[in-house]
Parts: sequence; structure tokens; C-alpha cells
Amino acid sequence: MKFLVFIEQREGKIRKASLEALSLARKLSGGPVAAVLPGKGVTALAAELGKYGAGTVYVADRDDLALYSNKGYVGALDAATKKCSPDAVLIAATSMGKDVAPRYAARNDVSAMADVMELRVEGDRLVAWRPVYSGKARVEVDCGAAKLQIATTRPNVFAAEVDAAAGEPAVETLELGDVAPRAKVLRVETSESKELDVSEADVIVSGGRGIKGPEGWPVIRDLQQALGAALGASRAVVDAGWIDHQHQVGQTGKVVSPTLYVACGISGAIQHLAGMGTSKVIVAINKDPEAPIFKVATYGVVGDIFQIIPEFAKAVRAAKAE
Amino acid sequence: MNSLVCIAYVPDTETRIRVGADGKSIDEADVKWIVSPYDEYGLEEALKIREAKGAGTVTVLAVGPERAKTGLRECLARGADDAIWVDATGVSYLDALGTAKALAAAAKGGAYDFIWFGQKGVGYDESLVGPMFAELFGVPHVGSVIKLEVGEGKVTAHREIEGAHEVVECALPAVFTAQKGLNEPRYASLKGIMAAKKKPIAEKKLAELGVAEADPAQAKMRWRKLELPPARQAVKLIPADDPAAAGKELVRLLREEAKVI
Repeated sequence: MKFLVFIEQREGKIRKASLEALSLARKLSGGPVAAVLPGKGVTALAAELGKYGAGTVYVADRDDLALYSNKGYVGALDAATKKCSPDAVLIAATSMGKDVAPRYAARNDVSAMADVMELRVEGDRLVAWRPVYSGKARVEVDCGAAKLQIATTRPNVFAAEVDAAAGEPAVETLELGDVAPRAKVLRVETSESKELDVSEADVIVSGGRGIKGPEGWPVIRDLQQALGAALGASRAVVDAGWIDHQHQVGQTGKVVSPTLYVACGISGAIQHLAGMGTSKVIVAINKDPEAPIFKVATYGVVGDIFQIIPEFAKAVRAAKAE
Repeated sequence: MNSLVCIAYVPDTETRIRVGADGKSIDEADVKWIVSPYDEYGLEEALKIREAKGAGTVTVLAVGPERAKTGLRECLARGADDAIWVDATGVSYLDALGTAKALAAAAKGGAYDFIWFGQKGVGYDESLVGPMFAELFGVPHVGSVIKLEVGEGKVTAHREIEGAHEVVECALPAVFTAQKGLNEPRYASLKGIMAAKKKPIAEKKLAELGVAEADPAQAKMRWRKLELPPARQAVKLIPADDPAAAGKELVRLLREEAKVI
């Protein structure tokens, strides 16, 4: 099966989620795969992709691709598709990937398996497991009658593995036609303080109604910083205006799968559990022993978050200092 | 300025999901259906644009079985002017491409400046249909919009990405997918509910729109098996009477047993 992997970079840095997709493609194909890398000044980044499984990197390196545009970036994917006629295309399910994949799929008269968490090859078909109903169920899917099979991979689920023996990839430059977009990104505004986004984080520390008010955040932030985590929040505290929606984890927020999820003062409404139930390890700290969060937690402490969390943060710092 | 608002009618987010008898779809017994929450932001923005301009119409569109009409009626009650229902009775599953094709075929010929979707339909959680519609309809799109400024013939949209916003200038007509934060959707008033009963719902048949994917053998994405997630292990409780000891024990377990920090 011939794979092509879409590689995302922002500000000259390749996204880890794309390396995960690339690594997965190499594993499934049993050898080097093709990758496409659009952007400005990105040619120098192509070599790095060899280590993760790229045999050929199609580069679209142009000034007018400095910022993302659907037309330009999907245009690069189209051009690479023409060059290598893939059977399967993998794209990381990031904001950019979710923008690229459906447009590219429709252009090729196919659909896509979105946000997959497991992917395997059966004969000449890709078969995936993907979460539905925000993780309240999962469904095994394939691409049915589609000739070109497309999957978007959930970040943080697949490993980005380096193959030390891998050689330098062949780099081919793509010629693109007119890519002047009708939807043009004017600028990127970084919100708050360049915070790590929950959808990309390995570790998330989340606060719920148990923090009692926005003045409770410093205690949660302290643990978040000790763990080097992203800050999450329940819907209740977002709706109460205690924090911005970008932090919300749950069915109407972000659906996440970190290695470690620490729920602080979160009771665990079904909508919240749907958003974080696939986390590898869950720690719950809540004063109510009947809180549903304890049904999904790996480790639980029934107690006052304002007493437990500072001690937890202190112990984390002590352990990390060892 | 006219808007088209495409809605999905989906199981309430509070619904407990059970696997149906065929092992590859949900058991629909006792499911309460709602307009997908993100679609509500799209509808609200369309209504606000109409109110700000003092002109234009808001049309809502859905593909689905008979119950989808209830969703359309709800949107009419909140202030939409008219609706189009694509009758998909008997089609239990339509993939994203088929859905986008059905919606695009039903919308064909309409003069819409804004075409709204939710950034995802809760349930299938694919975030595919909106941009697919844009491709099929031949218009640009901006996904995950949290703020919109309407100018002459073009708009500036703020789109949510990881830890930042992209500020996008976009020509009209265009597709926009709405993200939470865009606005606060209104509730239907009693007057609105009464008025909605008299508003027109045009009906089209999916079978007459030439959507190949309505035939399961032609679907480009299909469900093979539906499962509930594997049950998690029972929680290991750590005594809280000595907070310092509890903190240390948590760290010990995360390091030595779970090996995650």
C-alpha cells in the first residue's frame, strides 16, 4: 500500500502530530513512505522527516505559503498526489489537518476516517477505530467503495518513532499553479500567554466547580506548572466565565487523550467523561466520594483540593528535582 | 444578506449510548434528539447578521428522517424564515461525502452569502461535512469561527487553532463552521414557536438528488462495528487524612506503577 503523509509545520517547526502520522504510515507500509511539506523556508526541514519514515519528501516552499491557506496547502497535497498516486493519505487531526482533509477528500470524491485512534491494514484496505459520541462509543470503520483512502490521526495517540538506520530522503520540489486564496489568513494572534493547548498536551491538569471561583486557579496552575501540563477546565467553569472556552474539555469542548489527566474538583458529568475518558491514566481529586469521576479514575483522593493539590505539587517538584 | 444554516439533528449530549441490535449503529430507543450544539451558534450568527443589516433571509437545511423536521421547526421558532428538509427516510447511514452532496444539491440555485455549519456534528464528531460542502459548492470556507466582522462583500473571521487565532479575510459567498464562543444562542420565544408553525418547510427527496453514497455499497466511509469503550479498572483510592502523605503517595504511584511522570 502506497502512503502519502501531509506534514504540518508552523513557524518552521514540524508538528509532533505529523511525525506521529508519518511514523504510523511507515509502520503500516513496512518501508519508507512519501510526505508532502508545504510552507515557506521549509526545504531545510525535509531531511528530518527521513528519520521518521519519509523516503521522498515533496516540498512546496514558497513565500505565499508562509501562513496557512486551504487553497495553497491542499494545492500542495494535490500536486504531491499527482506525483506519487498514493493508495492512502494520512493527515494529523489538528486544526490544520481538519481543514485540509475534508476539502481534499471531496475533491477526490471520497470521504475520510476522521480522528482515528487505531489503524491497521487488511489486504489493500485500511481499517480504523475511531471514537464517536465524544468517546462514549467507538466504531470500526473502513473507506467502503473509496479508491483513495484517507485517515486523520488523533494527536498524542500514535508514537513518533525515530529509525536510526533511515537514510536521507529524496527531496522533490512541487510546482504549484495560482494559489491565491479566497480565504486569506492575514495574521495569527497568539491568545493569552502562548499556552500549551490541551489537544496537544501529554499531561493535562483540569479544574472544575470545586475550585469555587476564578480565584481558585492559582492552586491548579501551581500543579499544572509542576507537571509541565496544559490547563483544562470543565464546561461548568467555562460557562460561568471563570476561564476561556479554549480550555474546555468535554463533548462541547476538546476531546483529549493525554498520558496523564488530573481532574481537580471535577464531578465528572457525562459530557466531561466523554471528552477525557480515553486518557491513559486519570487522577481524580474531589471531596465527594460519590462523584462519577471516580468511576473512570485510575487513582483517586477523596478530599479537599485546596489541601491536597499544593502537597501533590510539592511532591511532584521534589520528585522531579531528584 | 442571505444565510443558509445546515443543521444536524443528533442525540442529546446527555444521552447514554447503547449499541443497537445490528452491532454497528446506536439503539435509538429512548434517545432524545437535539439540534447539534455547534449548529446553534451558526444559526444565531445568521440571525444576528440579518438583524444588523435589517434585510435578508435565514434558511435552515437538514437531511435526515422525519424527525429532522422537528429540528428545523426549532430553528424556525428561533427566528429562521424558512426551511428545506431532504427526506432520507429509510437511509439509516449516510457518510460525510454523501451528506455534503445531499446538502449541496438541495442548496443549489439558492442565493446565499453565508453558509453555516457547526464545527462538528456532535455524535459522529468528524468535522468533515462543512468544508466538503464548500468544495462541492465551489466556495471558500473558514472553519472553527469564534468571531466574525461583516464588511462589504467580504468578512473578517477569527478562527480558533491550537493556542492561537487565525484572522482570515474571506470573500463571499463562503462556508463558515461555528465554534463555541462565537455568540450566545437565543431561546425560542412562545411567539416564535407559534409563528414557526406557519413557516414553510420545502421538501426534497434524497433519492432524487443523485447521491451515490446513499447506497451502502457506494459509501466512501462505513461503520463495521460499534462498541462501548472498554471498562476502566476500578479506582485505587488514596487516604486523604494526611495531605502531605497523599501527595507523596500519588507521585509514587504515578512514577513507579503507572510510569507516567
